[in-house]
Amino acid sequence: MPTLTPTTTPAVTSSALAVPTSPGRVRLLDVIRGEFVKFRSVRSNRATLLGAALATVLLGMVFSWAAGGDATTAPAGPAGQMPGADPVSLALGALTVSQILVGVLGVLVAAGEFSTGIIRTTIAAVGSRTKVLLAKVLTVSGLTAVAMFVGVVLAVVLGQGVYAGDAATLSLNDPDVVRVVLGSTVYVTAVAVMGVALGFLLRSTAGAIGTLIGGLTIGPGLLRLLPDSFTDATLKYLPSEAGSVLTTITPNPELLSTEGAYLTLAIWVVGLVAVAAWQLRRNDV
Amino acid sequence: MIEVQHLTKRYGDTVAVDDLSFTVEPGVVTGFLGPNGAGKSTTMRSIIGLDTPTSGSATVNGRPLVEHDTPLRSLGSLLHAGAIHPARSAHDHLSALAVTNRIPRQRVDEVLELVGLTEVARRSGGGFSLGMGQRLGIAGALLADPEVVMLDEPVNGLDPEGILWIRNLLQQLARDGRTVLVSSHLMSEMQLMAEHFVIIGRGRLIADVTKAELEEMAAGTHTIVRSDELDRLAGLLADDDVELTMDHRGSLVVRGHDAGHIGRVARDADIALSALTPQQRTLEDVFLELTAASVQYHGATTVGSN
Repeated sequence: MPTLTPTTTPAVTSSALAVPTSPGRVRLLDVIRGEFVKFRSVRSNRATLLGAALATVLLGMVFSWAAGGDATTAPAGPAGQMPGADPVSLALGALTVSQILVGVLGVLVAAGEFSTGIIRTTIAAVGSRTKVLLAKVLTVSGLTAVAMFVGVVLAVVLGQGVYAGDAATLSLNDPDVVRVVLGSTVYVTAVAVMGVALGFLLRSTAGAIGTLIGGLTIGPGLLRLLPDSFTDATLKYLPSEAGSVLTTITPNPELLSTEGAYLTLAIWVVGLVAVAAWQLRRNDV
Repeated sequence: MIEVQHLTKRYGDTVAVDDLSFTVEPGVVTGFLGPNGAGKSTTMRSIIGLDTPTSGSATVNGRPLVEHDTPLRSLGSLLHAGAIHPARSAHDHLSALAVTNRIPRQRVDEVLELVGLTEVARRSGGGFSLGMGQRLGIAGALLADPEVVMLDEPVNGLDPEGILWIRNLLQQLARDGRTVLVSSHLMSEMQLMAEHFVIIGRGRLIADVTKAELEEMAAGTHTIVRSDELDRLAGLLADDDVELTMDHRGSLVVRGHDAGHIGRVARDADIALSALTPQQRTLEDVFLELTAASVQYHGATTVGSN
């Protein structure tokens, strides 16, 4: 226990360090800096993000190293399922795991504000709720994008290095590899942002994690149980299927084009963030 | 200055705050009192802008807080002690708040010192006691050196020394010319701290009074008299608006005459008194009576000075 309680109260206002007069309105950048301090000051946040990047690299190397000799360039399965057999998609097979990790991270930093009550302190300090939400979205997406970009590049490079299958390995100069590296980074970052949006929307860690993981992994499976005509028309618009287009060298031709996948993912992300912002502005906290 | 005007807040069928109006002036500590569930926290959340009023308004220095450029510099508040991430240190918690309002980082160390948390500043919040959580919340409220300070139940969980500390702190803030609003459900604590009292019950205003006015309300309501000739004295004192009762110890309890009058009547009738004791109620008695009435009668009775 600290020695508490100075009964002779020290000066409340410091003369030397008096807080300068108002520097103008709280900017989004100020709120982002606050969110960054919050993010880095919780060890599990750093560990989860690092873990997601490391899992991408290490598991990717294991998949590549363990690849059999019968590799083909057959169309890959959607993200969230076993990766396709081409050496790059194989090396990125662990995105299945890392997308869940960063998605959960997004949920935790958002819903955690509500479970701890810090959201009230934050809003009382910032005023604008939209800025609070956007700052969190931008902080999480920025950090996730950087960490996962590094992870994805290393996974591809190291994965090609230890690849034990028969198919020709690809280099980072290959336009398809560039497309997949960027697409994978964007997709996983989008999952993190959806986690943040769901955390704000549901204000519950368990509920938001369940919804996110369910939407990414169980949703597509359920949709496949419906009549084919319906499934064919809707399945490709799920985030996970758009993600599979972006994360594989030879996407399933029944899915969307790369542009279509980016657009679909953008609509999901912007839509969820917009609904979360509307809800945050409208409801009491 | 905090101005609450015709504030009403409903949650479904429940009316948490009902047409509440009061003003908190700078320069004195204002105690915000009411039984549990009276609507104190809801009112405070409305002042911060966390709750949107069903009708009416709550402003800080003339404007809703969310419209202030840097809200933390305008109003420092403590709503809920222990609102810290269990894995985040007190220092990081305050730093994250400070940067949003571009407050120099040194100020974080300064307020930590002020509330006596310097030694545990790097420890994670999960291990904080309730009292430490309160101190951290108060540090957050004072971080931007705000003109208006609003604390919800800051005394909860503090030891007697801590209570004394916060009393001195809040009185000093008020002396510096700041607006200070402190809620509590305990009059015994507030009467030592506050000079002005806003008392609510069931979401309605019951009293908006100075300490002097409250003390006047508590002053001599009845007198206890002992004598060998109480029956004769009672006969002489009896009047329409005078209430005479015997208490369990055989003393006469007189309501409606002050002690001086009773003494003169006894002297004129040649009655010897063995006791003549004006009874002073405590401010807590007054508070309990006021709030009990609010529960009994739904109409709001605004008690001004007598």
